[in-house]
Amino acid sequence: MSPWLIGFLVFVLYPMASSLYFSFTRYDLLSVPVPIGLENYKFMFTKDPYFWLSVRNTLWIIVYGVPIRIVFAIFTAWLLTKPRRGVKTYRTIFFLPSLAPPVAAALAFVFVFNPSTGPVNQLLGHLGLHNPPLWFYSPAWSKPSILILGLWGVGETMIIFLAGLLDVPRQLYEAADIEGANGWQKFRLVTLPSISPVIFFSLVIGVIEGFQFFTGAYIASLTASGGTTNDVATNLGFPQNSLLFYSVRLYGSAFVNFQMGYASALAWMLFAVTMVCTVVIIKTSKRWVHYAGGGGFR
Amino acid sequence: MSTTSPIARPAPQAKGGNVKPATAIVRRPVPPEIGRRRFLQAVADHAMLIAMSAMFLLPMVFVFLTAVMTDRQTLTPQIWPRPFQWSNFTSVFRDIPLLRYTWNTATIATLSTVGVIVSCVPVAYALSRMRWKGRQVSFLVVLSTLMLPFQVTVIPLYIIFVRFHWIPSFKPLIVPSFFGDAFSIFLLRQFFLTIPEELTDAARVDGGSEFQIMRKVIVPLAKPAIAAVALFNFLYNWNDFFGPLLYLQEDQRLWTLSVGLSNFKTLHHVQWNLTMTTSLLFMLPVIVLFFLAQRVFIEGVTLTGVKG
Repeated sequence: MSPWLIGFLVFVLYPMASSLYFSFTRYDLLSVPVPIGLENYKFMFTKDPYFWLSVRNTLWIIVYGVPIRIVFAIFTAWLLTKPRRGVKTYRTIFFLPSLAPPVAAALAFVFVFNPSTGPVNQLLGHLGLHNPPLWFYSPAWSKPSILILGLWGVGETMIIFLAGLLDVPRQLYEAADIEGANGWQKFRLVTLPSISPVIFFSLVIGVIEGFQFFTGAYIASLTASGGTTNDVATNLGFPQNSLLFYSVRLYGSAFVNFQMGYASALAWMLFAVTMVCTVVIIKTSKRWVHYAGGGGFR
Repeated sequence: MSTTSPIARPAPQAKGGNVKPATAIVRRPVPPEIGRRRFLQAVADHAMLIAMSAMFLLPMVFVFLTAVMTDRQTLTPQIWPRPFQWSNFTSVFRDIPLLRYTWNTATIATLSTVGVIVSCVPVAYALSRMRWKGRQVSFLVVLSTLMLPFQVTVIPLYIIFVRFHWIPSFKPLIVPSFFGDAFSIFLLRQFFLTIPEELTDAARVDGGSEFQIMRKVIVPLAKPAIAAVALFNFLYNWNDFFGPLLYLQEDQRLWTLSVGLSNFKTLHHVQWNLTMTTSLLFMLPVIVLFFLAQRVFIEGVTLTGVKG
């Protein structure tokens, strides 16, 4: 236990305490932190032009991204339960992209979805679509593009749902058949309740990860803007700050502008909001999550 | 695939000695109409699966095709490489220190995986098998650190590492692993709990020390879980971008593949062909690892979902 205890004190508890303290100071790393009371939090809510923007962007990716990803994971997992042969091959193909390094995946998508030279818009052009989206280069399409990138890496979530679907007791389906249920009714009344613990799990993880989403947006912005790493500050969130997610904003204020005090305040706000969301999901889960053993959240 | 013919299955045998079926039970052939419907269903299923596979594979195919293009061709709308410039796979090693990046990434990933296993197995053991004051509280603390966004601790940690003169170096990426990782501890504990208490009790009666019990009883039985935790940590560190971005900074000799790839630009533009070549080489070890340890992957992912 003791190495973990030391680790916990040095790498978790002490940093937590000091970042809470920093959040009430002005601190640029060069001089000592200057206590300024609630100024950082006041600035965050009333003056920072990027705060609400980054909140909106992050909520967009959570509100649309998380449910779409879960539905897509269930759909692909369901497809995998159908055939008698070739399941392993299909499963491998669906799963492998989720192992791709996020940097490589984001770079590949920016290239593949490049409006003028990328193959996706070439194909769309051949299909007769004459004004295809500008994807990572347009503020309206950059977030949907990130969402598609997320769907490509759905593999791990899909595997968990696949295990969940295969665990649904056969008798339940047989009983439903006898009652004369159609496909949709069986899905809604048998499958969905049975996999609701998995949905609950992916929902919680998805929301937590959504708030912390960073790498894909950072790489996409810097690559699509065509800038070098020297102008990180101006290119974060490209195009037009549409990919300025909360964690990207936090990274910018901490490690580009070196406003350590303000960034700590942003981090604690993130922590608080994540906690509230998680607690809300857990509280409401009692109404819609069914555990086969009859127990509640364990 | 043909589902029109009935599946050959041995006819069920009556076990009771005196109950003899008058005639051998013959499976009724599937009526042609149902057979046809099943066949069509199978065709539809596979069509959907193949279409979906194409969507998952296409980005990879495009990455590969771009990886063997000439630099000039990547800036044209052509999809098929003309000519195939296979020399890209050798020129990336000349143009950027790819071997060094790979070596750095492998060093960090391996050492921090070793650290996580060495530190987390005993903690998980203590949390699941030993009785001591504060066990419940400690477990709750581990659980709550799971929810803590890394953004909360990263700024003070960065400052600590600056004070230690650990930036730029690998140390901030490796040393913390030797002090435990909440998610790994949690997974291992959940798995250890499924090992019957009688086994460890028996070893205790035989006079084994807690360390011996852990090493001789728990670790061999928990191999699948330990393998999964090791694999996930290795992958996480292999793919990680944020940590190296923060702690390796401008020191190119220390860069990992992620950081190197994100900086893969000349003064004027991104060299897409070489970027894709590097991406492929970056993914290759992961793909090889997947095929070598497919079961550990699939079971491990399932474990995280079901136990989590």
